[in-house]
Amino acid sequence: MQLIYEKHKEGRRGFCFSKPDVPQAKPLDVKYCRSKDTNIASLSELDVVRHYTNLSRLNFSVDTNFYPLGSCTMKYNPKFTERIAAFEGFSQLHPLLPQLAGGGMLAQGSLEVLYEAEKLLAEITGMIAFTMQPLAGAHGELTGAMLIAAYHKDKGSRRKYIIVPDSSHGTNPASAAIAGYQVIVIPTGKDGYMDLEQYKKYLNSDVAAVMLTCPDTLGIFNPQIKEIADMAHEVGALMYYDGANLNALLGKARPGDLGFDVVHINLHKTFGTPHGGGGPGAGPVGVSEALVDFLPKPRVVRRSDATYALDYHYNKSIGYIAPFYGNFGVILKAYAYMLCLGKDGLIKTAELAVLNANYCQARLKDYYDLAFEKACMHECVFSAARQAKNGVHAIDIAKYLIDKGYHPPTVYFPLIVKEALMIEPTETESKETLDVFIETMIEIARLTEDDPIRVKQAPLNMPIKRLDETRAAREPNLRWKS
Amino acid sequence: MSKMNYTPHTQEDVKQMLKAIGASSIEELFKDIPQALRAKSFNLADGKSEIEVTNHLKKLSDKNATGLINFVGAGFYDHFIPAAVDAIVNRPEFYTAYTPYQPECSQGWLQSIYEYQTAICELTGLDVSNASLYDGGTAIYEAAMMSIRLTGRNKIIMDSGMSLIYRAMLYTYTSNLSIEFVEIPVVHGHSSREELFKHLDDKTAAVILQNPNFFGAVDDHSDVVERVHKFGALAISSVYPVSLGMLKSPGEMNFDIATGEGQSLGIPLSFGGPYLGFMAAKKELVRQMPGRIVGETVDSDGKRGFVLTLQTREQHIRREKATSNICSNEAHCALRAVVFLSLLGRSGIKEMAELNYQKTEFAKEALSKIKGVEVKRSSPTFNEFTVMLPRRADDVVYRMIDKGFACGFPLGRFYKGMENYLLIAVTEKRTKEEICRLADSLEAVL
Ligand SMILES: Cc1ncc(COP(=O)(O)O)c(C=O)c1O
Repeated sequence: MQLIYEKHKEGRRGFCFSKPDVPQAKPLDVKYCRSKDTNIASLSELDVVRHYTNLSRLNFSVDTNFYPLGSCTMKYNPKFTERIAAFEGFSQLHPLLPQLAGGGMLAQGSLEVLYEAEKLLAEITGMIAFTMQPLAGAHGELTGAMLIAAYHKDKGSRRKYIIVPDSSHGTNPASAAIAGYQVIVIPTGKDGYMDLEQYKKYLNSDVAAVMLTCPDTLGIFNPQIKEIADMAHEVGALMYYDGANLNALLGKARPGDLGFDVVHINLHKTFGTPHGGGGPGAGPVGVSEALVDFLPKPRVVRRSDATYALDYHYNKSIGYIAPFYGNFGVILKAYAYMLCLGKDGLIKTAELAVLNANYCQARLKDYYDLAFEKACMHECVFSAARQAKNGVHAIDIAKYLIDKGYHPPTVYFPLIVKEALMIEPTETESKETLDVFIETMIEIARLTEDDPIRVKQAPLNMPIKRLDETRAAREPNLRWKS
Repeated sequence: MSKMNYTPHTQEDVKQMLKAIGASSIEELFKDIPQALRAKSFNLADGKSEIEVTNHLKKLSDKNATGLINFVGAGFYDHFIPAAVDAIVNRPEFYTAYTPYQPECSQGWLQSIYEYQTAICELTGLDVSNASLYDGGTAIYEAAMMSIRLTGRNKIIMDSGMSLIYRAMLYTYTSNLSIEFVEIPVVHGHSSREELFKHLDDKTAAVILQNPNFFGAVDDHSDVVERVHKFGALAISSVYPVSLGMLKSPGEMNFDIATGEGQSLGIPLSFGGPYLGFMAAKKELVRQMPGRIVGETVDSDGKRGFVLTLQTREQHIRREKATSNICSNEAHCALRAVVFLSLLGRSGIKEMAELNYQKTEFAKEALSKIKGVEVKRSSPTFNEFTVMLPRRADDVVYRMIDKGFACGFPLGRFYKGMENYLLIAVTEKRTKEEICRLADSLEAVL
């Protein structure tokens, strides 16, 4: 499709402002003014609407396609939460209003949402308190790492290391490093669990924290998780819970009960808020008693007269990690989702998410090698190593699935599984959807034997074929130029 | 009545699926979680219907005071959002997709982001842009970290005319790193050149300046940037994008990196988020940039297409050596921005900036006629300005709420000694009549 800039025509407009109703003022001194106009495109409103509507149709999305992108929890996003977030009382509220003298009363509705959402998340995870400020999962990790640093500093110790397993998501080691820690990577054993001998070897009083995902990124729940936590606590290290996979555990187990001290939750995964083509998300962070004092400022409190207020009086707080109170619009949608599902609905969510993943695993395991021969939780991870012997790689399988109308599973991650195919169906998909997807996967496994070239040519039914990514990186063209 | 949880499974489906798995119950699927580790509590209310939740949250939204006529800005502005922006971004093909890892089924998103990157480059006058960061504050932090990696130095000089919100975030993020910060005082509305040059040396990684600054004052930083470059340091700008319809761009002043909060480009205020951090830079810095970047390439038939590129900077490949930890970003807000800018078009962007400027000048005139109110005029402004009142500004703001106005931001909240100062923002949404009423009401409460 043509770029919007290639459709520009001088003189067209897609929006008109009201005529100025004030007298013409003295113009700003030219030395402060730009000398060159921008080359932003000018089009009619219809041109713009049609351009982006047609672009939207080139995307696969949850509403149009099965989207089993592992680790991302691409569940259905209920529509009513969109309408709620658009209520003017929420969408037009200036974030500084409650910071004005007496202004708290101007934002009682939103403050209540933040307060109550925090309470729900605390009960769901078994943590004592939450900050709703982190703007995505990785931002929550960084916040968590800073909380951990503040905790140790307060105890008078400066610890150097954060431990992560090699199956961890890339954001875990990146967040630890950015917070000022050195990263120790523990390999995964043949049984699919973190190698405990290696773990013990590296665990000492220089370790600030152990960052784990649970169930882990292989979709496996490690029954020894409590022992791992106990060992960490014995040397004074804290346990960090990457909540990307919380969907599997709702009502079944809680990170707080498992011995975790700091937890982030990806509201855009577990609590059904849309992923928006890459974001926004929200990554609230919950903590155990020992870390409450360090949470970012301000915190939302409920006063004895049942009104809500911002409280800045936390002298041990790490400070400010977001401009305001978090991605409020996202938090609001997640809150509406939690209220709607309630206790039974959330438990059912975990159960059916796990059922769907196990169903895919059971029906596909004769055709693809499992990364680890284990029962899975909310996602199953295969390796296309068998297919790769015939020259058909995970990425080829992904492209063939695109031709068949499926968004592919995650294939670039976890890095420790060669030719990974990480399938997370989520609870909102029906047996019929899974059945045809499974049939397609089986068809690919057969084609790999009979006609591998056919798979490697895919996609053939899309508006474009495979793209030259090497060229994109070697000769970067990152913007249109006139 | 059946409870809503958006799952389609019938009892028969569950039975058949369990059979295929070889499990006798759903509970059996959770057998890896030892009984001792099961949830000790899960004390939540029963689910509620869509009708009940909608009504409850409608009631809460009505408790928020959004009926006030808004003159509060302070970096976050009440601009008009054309209906077509919402109509486009609310298409589920956009908002229910995720990061475009698979380009063949994500060309709509990839091309939109490429167009967004182009728009940000055009506004800022710089060469390359990423696909978005969380907000204006994290964008400054990421830019500061880029400068530290690029120069191998660790001193950051920043303008105290930069929002306190962002300075506070920078301090928090870097509290465990050894970075030396110097804050330059604001004198007569502008960052003091004298002070700044005194601290500028060959240990300086970057100088960060905001334009217009927190007090609304506009500046031409070309001279500062030139000096900064003499010391081999980087010049980082934090800029209000709507002002760039009129003001000299960071590129024209030769800044190396421009960052900012994109909320003013078609994104609702929404009580603080989701917002849009943008970042543009000179092209030689691109390999140190954080976050997703989209590039143009060709498919195997030579047809144009778009992909995520230069990914060896990113966490999913480089892990602890990545340029940033960002994964999910604010793509949907970036889409709002590019649709907003495309609807306005190149003349609309200029008109919007011009309207903001004109209405603000009118408001200055109107307020300067009030006895006891002094409009600060030592620097030119764009759409926000400072007035000195004969009494505490927070008290005045409080009284003005009863008159139906959020009349401004009391500067004493962020700056000691400025208790009587009020920061007033005037966007294209404010009418002459509202401005005159603001002046009348203010006169009445003083
Ligand atoms: C296991 C895991 N951890 C962390 C993250 C990062 O979360 P976010 O993208 O919200 O920053 C992800 C995201 O995909 C993930 O899958």
